[in-house]
Amino acid sequence: MIRSKDDGLRDTALSDKELNRALASTWSAQPGLWGALSTVDHKVIGRRYIATAFVFLALGGVLSLLMRLQLSQPEARFIGPDRYNQIFTMHGSNMMFLFAVPVMQAMAVYLVPLMVGTRNIAFPRLNAFSYWIYVAGGLLLWTAFIVDTGPDVGWFAYVPLSGPQYGVGKRADIWAQMITFTEVSALAIAVEIVVTVFKQRGPGMSLDRIPLFVWSMLVTSFLIILAMPAIMIASTSLILDRLVGTHFFNPAEGGDVLLWQHLFWFFGHPEVYIIFLPAVGMVSTIVATFTRRPVFGYLAMVMALVATGVLAFGLWVHHMFVAGLPRLGESFFTASSMAIAVPAGLQIFCWLATIWAGKPIFKTPFLFVIGFIVIFVIGGLTGVMVASVPFDTQVHDTYFVVAHFHYVLVGGAVFPLLGAIYYWFPKLTGKMMSETLGRWVFGLIFVGFNLTFFPMHILGLQGMPRRIYTYQPEMPWAGLNMFISLSAIVLAAGFLLFFVDAIRSARSGAVASANPWGASTLEWATASPPQPYNFARPPVVGSREPLWAEATALPVAAGLRVDRRELLITGVVEGIPEARESSVGNSIWPLWAALATTLTLVWSIFSPWAVVWGSIPVAVSLIGWFWPKGVLEDES
Amino acid sequence: MRAARVIALWVATTACGCSGNQSALAPSGAPALHIEHLIIGIVALCAVIWLAVMVVLAGALWRKPQEDDAEIRQRRLTVVVTAAVAATAILIAGMTVASFYTTRSIGLPERASITITVRAQQWWWQVFYASSGQTSGFQTANEIHTPVGQDVHVRLESADVIHSFWIPSLAGKQDLVPGRSNSLLLRAEKPGVYRGQCAEFCGLQHSHMAVMVIAEAPADYARWIASQSADAIPTTGADVAAGRAAFLAKPCAACHTIRGTAANGTTGPDLTHVGSRQTIAAGLVETTRGSMAAWIADPQTLKPGNNMPMVPLTSIELQDISAYMESLK
Repeated sequence: MIRSKDDGLRDTALSDKELNRALASTWSAQPGLWGALSTVDHKVIGRRYIATAFVFLALGGVLSLLMRLQLSQPEARFIGPDRYNQIFTMHGSNMMFLFAVPVMQAMAVYLVPLMVGTRNIAFPRLNAFSYWIYVAGGLLLWTAFIVDTGPDVGWFAYVPLSGPQYGVGKRADIWAQMITFTEVSALAIAVEIVVTVFKQRGPGMSLDRIPLFVWSMLVTSFLIILAMPAIMIASTSLILDRLVGTHFFNPAEGGDVLLWQHLFWFFGHPEVYIIFLPAVGMVSTIVATFTRRPVFGYLAMVMALVATGVLAFGLWVHHMFVAGLPRLGESFFTASSMAIAVPAGLQIFCWLATIWAGKPIFKTPFLFVIGFIVIFVIGGLTGVMVASVPFDTQVHDTYFVVAHFHYVLVGGAVFPLLGAIYYWFPKLTGKMMSETLGRWVFGLIFVGFNLTFFPMHILGLQGMPRRIYTYQPEMPWAGLNMFISLSAIVLAAGFLLFFVDAIRSARSGAVASANPWGASTLEWATASPPQPYNFARPPVVGSREPLWAEATALPVAAGLRVDRRELLITGVVEGIPEARESSVGNSIWPLWAALATTLTLVWSIFSPWAVVWGSIPVAVSLIGWFWPKGVLEDES
Repeated sequence: MRAARVIALWVATTACGCSGNQSALAPSGAPALHIEHLIIGIVALCAVIWLAVMVVLAGALWRKPQEDDAEIRQRRLTVVVTAAVAATAILIAGMTVASFYTTRSIGLPERASITITVRAQQWWWQVFYASSGQTSGFQTANEIHTPVGQDVHVRLESADVIHSFWIPSLAGKQDLVPGRSNSLLLRAEKPGVYRGQCAEFCGLQHSHMAVMVIAEAPADYARWIASQSADAIPTTGADVAAGRAAFLAKPCAACHTIRGTAANGTTGPDLTHVGSRQTIAAGLVETTRGSMAAWIADPQTLKPGNNMPMVPLTSIELQDISAYMESLK
């Protein structure tokens, strides 16, 4: 474990004050713009990631208001069909690929290293690279939209509409390449999280002491690693069909249009759980803190997370119930889709049991959890409905489904996320958000959401298909549509107030203590916001709720070097220390590599030769990235 | 007088032929009726489940905390949670079985005696009736006639992108997938006009791609089949004859077929009996001479992006062609 040659300065040789000073100089980013661009601190990158994702949320929200404007009256002419098709495609793609998945991963980038008690995420430079690639993908999509070449084929881009024959111009290519950007960035984080959770947990944090949020992110990361390759194959095949004339999806040449749907939904359904499982972890954390007790049924909760993750790969065909597949196959997928209600139900029951046994404290994060349960149970039950083949044949691709997945994704993921922002804001920024405004935010969003989305169930059953830019006056939908459009204003007001509260609090909110909620997990064992090195001494974990078990002072490990970035590597199962490992320093190369990759990917929308010529700058930037510089970090 | 005009206008718009039933909750066909029963059953059950969860949630939130023994409480909660999970599994299994039985009771479309082929295109429905006995096969568009009380097998194909055929009052939807052929069972229990529209996003005019199913008594259906399989009726009147001549002289005939004339284009809908259809442009407007003229004069304003070009016509030609179209009963 300790090499004989190793004679660097250890933390055991220093007083607390000297230690903090030494660690700060080792772990800090360089000052100024260069430092901001070259930092590999998971907290800085995590915060950036979260802020960027919320910018995309706001932009996606503006798009939804434009749609509601157009749909408020029959045969309205505010927005033409071409622009409308771009808007709903952008709304879906933006919310799924640029907001929901990234924001959940971003929360993990910030929180997981803190919650497991380590100093930085695994592969910190990859983490920086991931952020730049994500931003580039977002800029690509939105730039295209602004210059009127936004994708217009829906967020699942069914062929042949998105294929070379019907999807003219570069719109579908931009969509497909945006997928490449976001999947690369998502895969990078998934790998970092898995390694961080498996190898960098604090000493003593055995598998059964991992916080539930960390468990949820671990399962989510495996889902990403297993699901995302399917969509990358799909989008790459689509680009090949469009750019170099392959025929993967062309039935006239032996291709198959349903192949696209299988590949897309083999990713697309796990995608829902990639968004939902982190929310499960957030809810578990918030419930525990605000009922002052550990979540009921820890083992059952973990098993439910894993079971959901496994079942998530056996449901994709329920998106294709009306595509004309064999009946026996459809029956299987009805049963498997229904079955996922069991682990979901188990989680709900465990939270209810926790609240039942505890004494709830009604702070804003907990209000969002209550809202989550009310709304998500509806979304889950409508999910059971659409799992039934005959039921689905009447509601598939209608506003019923629009209502269903907003109940699942907004109720199941955005409500917990907003609660999580209110909950972890003090750790993220060192300031508290406003409790008064928080109640208004919750009230407006809860009421606005239900008034906006519940009537859509009825519209769907009344025969209104989704993705229509207008409807004829003789259809009986005008009244409800106007009502929905007006309700959307209430919902938007709630989000606007949330942004106001967040920005105002970050600037001038009340200063937060290290553990303002009296929570139990390790991120609260350090300052708000934490120092660049997270913990002066790595905490040792003796129970599942370390901060509740050790009321006065947390035991810590000692012996790490302070003159280079060093962290503890521990065993996967028991969390027994195995080695001291260096963690890389700041570097500008991830940014260059991201720019080179961006150049290659954007160029390849227009020419296949980009892959050849673009590989040169990519190779150069990677050589720079990994070039040994003879510094301390390179030794191990 | 003015009031009478307003009322007449109101009646005209609300009585428009394009406003047939289009709701899963107003079923008139056997498959839709079976599904409606399933929908009502599952929704009612789910509503009860949701209410039960809400009651427990409210109880948990406002319960006065009791100083009971932690171990006993833990054991009790374990029993309750386990029972709730077991109940979930049983209810889920019940709904799965109910769903299978509904599918079974709808039956298989292939056993029906009448087969109609629907070939979807951006953004209209091409409909083929096969020849049978004394009548020859024919083509029509956006309007499907069926006999009441008989199973009809609809074969679904696509000429371009994926569409979805959905007549909510009669049956659930089924996609039309290029390179494949799907099947759907339709059966109307009472006469009426049942509206549907494309349910799979298919491009610019996905919103204006409606289809009507007109269910009528078997005798009426037989009469309709006989009249549709005949060639276009001979022209009567000067304007209609002039319209026919203009139609054949202008590019119209390059895309449209009118059986019994030289017009034999196949890109656009068959117009042999266009005047007999309730709507034009896939349910967009009611068939009148005026709406015909508006559509022909400027199809891109009424339905932006559709594949019918604006053909330059003089106002006389426009009037004549509209009259001719209207005459094609």
